[in-house]
Amino acid sequence: MITFEHVSVQYADAPAPSLHDVTLEIPEGELVLVVGPTGSGKSTLLRTINGLVPHFSGGTLTGRVTVDGLDTAEHRPRDLATVVGLVEQNPSSTFVTDVVEDEVAYGMETMGLDPTTIRRRVEETLDLFGLTPLRARSLRTLSGGQQQRVAIAALFAAGPRVLVLDEPTSALDPVAAEEVLASLHRIVHDLGVTVVLAEHRLERVVHHADRVVLVDEGRVSQLLDPADAMLRSLIYPPVVGLSRLVGWSPTPLSIRDARRKAGSLREALGGSTPHPAADLRVIGPGDAVTLAGVRVSRGGRVVLDGIDLAVARGSVTTLMGRNGAGKSTLLGAVAAQHRLAGGHVRVGAGAVDPHTRSARERVRVVGLVPQQPELLLYADSVAAECAAADDDFGAAPGTARALLERISGGIDPEVHPRDLSEGQRLELALAVILAGSPEVLLLDEPTRGLDYGAKKRLGEVLGGLAAQGTTVLLATHDVELAAEVADRVVILADGEVVTDGPAREVLASSPAFAPQVTKVLLPQTWLTVAEVAGALARIA
Amino acid sequence: MTRPRHKARLQHPAAWWLWGLGLATAASRTTNPVLLLLVIGVCVLVVSERRDPATVNPLPAFLVIGAVVVAFRVVMTALLGNGIVGDTVVLTLPRVPLPDWAAAVRIGGTVTLESLLYAAYDALRLAAVLACLGAANALASPRRLLRYLPATLYDVGTAVVVGLTFAPQLLTDARDVRAARTLRGRDGRGLREMARLTVPVLETAFERSLGLAASMESRGYGRAVRSTTTSRRAATGLALAGLVGVLAGLYGLLDSSAGGVLGLPVLVLGAVLAGSSLLVGASRDHRSGHRRERWTWTETVTVLVGAVPAAVLVVASAQGWDGVVPSQQAQLPAVPLLAVLAVLVAATPAFFTPRPREVAP
Repeated sequence: MITFEHVSVQYADAPAPSLHDVTLEIPEGELVLVVGPTGSGKSTLLRTINGLVPHFSGGTLTGRVTVDGLDTAEHRPRDLATVVGLVEQNPSSTFVTDVVEDEVAYGMETMGLDPTTIRRRVEETLDLFGLTPLRARSLRTLSGGQQQRVAIAALFAAGPRVLVLDEPTSALDPVAAEEVLASLHRIVHDLGVTVVLAEHRLERVVHHADRVVLVDEGRVSQLLDPADAMLRSLIYPPVVGLSRLVGWSPTPLSIRDARRKAGSLREALGGSTPHPAADLRVIGPGDAVTLAGVRVSRGGRVVLDGIDLAVARGSVTTLMGRNGAGKSTLLGAVAAQHRLAGGHVRVGAGAVDPHTRSARERVRVVGLVPQQPELLLYADSVAAECAAADDDFGAAPGTARALLERISGGIDPEVHPRDLSEGQRLELALAVILAGSPEVLLLDEPTRGLDYGAKKRLGEVLGGLAAQGTTVLLATHDVELAAEVADRVVILADGEVVTDGPAREVLASSPAFAPQVTKVLLPQTWLTVAEVAGALARIA
Repeated sequence: MTRPRHKARLQHPAAWWLWGLGLATAASRTTNPVLLLLVIGVCVLVVSERRDPATVNPLPAFLVIGAVVVAFRVVMTALLGNGIVGDTVVLTLPRVPLPDWAAAVRIGGTVTLESLLYAAYDALRLAAVLACLGAANALASPRRLLRYLPATLYDVGTAVVVGLTFAPQLLTDARDVRAARTLRGRDGRGLREMARLTVPVLETAFERSLGLAASMESRGYGRAVRSTTTSRRAATGLALAGLVGVLAGLYGLLDSSAGGVLGLPVLVLGAVLAGSSLLVGASRDHRSGHRRERWTWTETVTVLVGAVPAAVLVVASAQGWDGVVPSQQAQLPAVPLLAVLAVLVAATPAFFTPRPREVAP
């Protein structure tokens, strides 16, 4: 269906080619997962399939890419639209119309299908993706998961033989991600569409894949069996980590397969209890952040409704919950980004009300890394950004640079912040905010677009900060990160706190938020591979 | 109306834009404040009854801009004068002495009611035209109008869609970036801060625009145009000439000082050119429509009732009816009854047109 023959892509000004001599053949009706670290060339590979690289992006492509017999060198993306549909990382920025139904019909209109066919296909597609109740909704008011489903439906309706998706579940909560994957599963199995997708959160997708392609520094492997690929891959989900630790073969990819093999492991671990990493931290009294009856409304809608919460000094607390549950708004209320409609917020040992302080005083008590870290960055090089941060926060020159050195594995100071990978950009934004040495650090969805390596480093940094007494409060969909770092988990729904307790208890008892290791080893409550490894080492 | 007579649907966007054009033409021909406020009132009424609920209502923004225009004109007139001589002195500002060579300019001095009224009436006319534009925007989003753009104007279409998304997104982005600045201990005020904000705001907006253009491209927008370069260029040239003609005609029609006689013929010529490019383009335009708006009697009547005030006021201003251009005396201007009725007729689409689609919030 899709063939690559000796394909290389070189962007102007780039030191090395983004893709290097790729030869690959993807047969029809397969769900192919593209796996690789950030910046390895995954997005470029996906975008060559419908010709956006090089027709739209610039750069030089050598070799030949053909899709359903059409050469992308001779056909522009718009001519390939009948064959290939491409879903981008952030669907909301690609909507052309205003309403769900119009968006689904748009592609078919540009292809000139006749109106009765369009009408029929719109109805069928809405049913297939479970969007019928949303058909008249305005696209701007949909949740992230719904938007993602509309974006996929809109492309699917036009009847392409190939669907290409770039990180379709990264921004979604676990339940919404399942909905999207279920839709994909259905069109692959029932309708024979070929699907190629790239995703960092392997724990969500790898068991759905028929074939896996590994990408590293522009070099692309052959089509591999998922289990074999996971043995070789540099990045892998926790269930594979567990399998590598214990030496299961073949490598289980789903929780079900792993549980079948885990009987002896559970027995071996039976006598020991998990050692949480947080034992090393000194957790102080619960006064680092206090919210009492906090109400916030945005755009005429009550987003937070009477939240009471107290966060202990030097702890790491994770806020979880559906897209749109009010996590970001809660962080915004603590950092005085949103006005309170009721209640009050106190932060830090001095019980400061951030809403009455000037921005300059506020950043000493509470620092927030927003969901889009690039909003914090405006200088034209990393070095200039760090210097500006020192100036902004009145810190000694070199403070931000030193922090960045400690947090990241070496970032070239001359690079433009926009050219950094997602992970590096987050590390830079974190260094900028930490230059103000706030008592309380807030992070909003920090793991979007991060691969396992970058995520592990982030976990270590947050653990280190907490050990030094900084209170960390982060909102995330990433259960694996929560399992790594959190002392306490708070689950929000519809602007209210529904669960609040020690991380182990909350994560292990929730079907949606349980990490993979827990699911494999229930009823024992191990959270991470590292915990299991530690226990096994002690036993031996 | 207790029982809806029509199924809920959106009217044809062209009908609303022609209606708005008619009302704007009427507004451009008078400075009578009663008539102008009536035009604004008609816009507000029709928009509140029949606007497309799927889009953000742009009318308030246009009304605010109109109010700013009026306030700015009045303040500037008070400060600088506008050459209207009057007897009724409202107040006397201290006059700034200027050297001889700047004798034509004055700052401060006496402020007369006559000059203020003239400025206010004139600015109100612009505000009313803006209100008509805002109403057309609210009743039929320009994106829907764009669906009727000929395929030959592919590049223009992409640019317009991206532009339409760009402007409102720019505001959202500016808010976000300013909020992010406070996270770095700056309050985002002052000139230096503004300069710093522009870079991230524009970068974000440009990236978003590129994303949208890429999405339109990969979803097949403009793919129907598959012809020789020459014929495509000819069709594009024809269409552009037509559009320029239409715009020039509109300008002539709206600006009475440019010679209204010129306006209509140029408009017709432009429409003919644009129409012929449509014909040339349509032969290769393979796009089709999902639930395309139909043109029924309500559309025709909407356009007609929009044309009524335009026709009446064009005639009125040509014949110099009493009150169309009121004197700047400190008295209530005469109100030509026929013109008032004509403007009121334009409000009827608020009642006889079909209700717009229901869009859940």
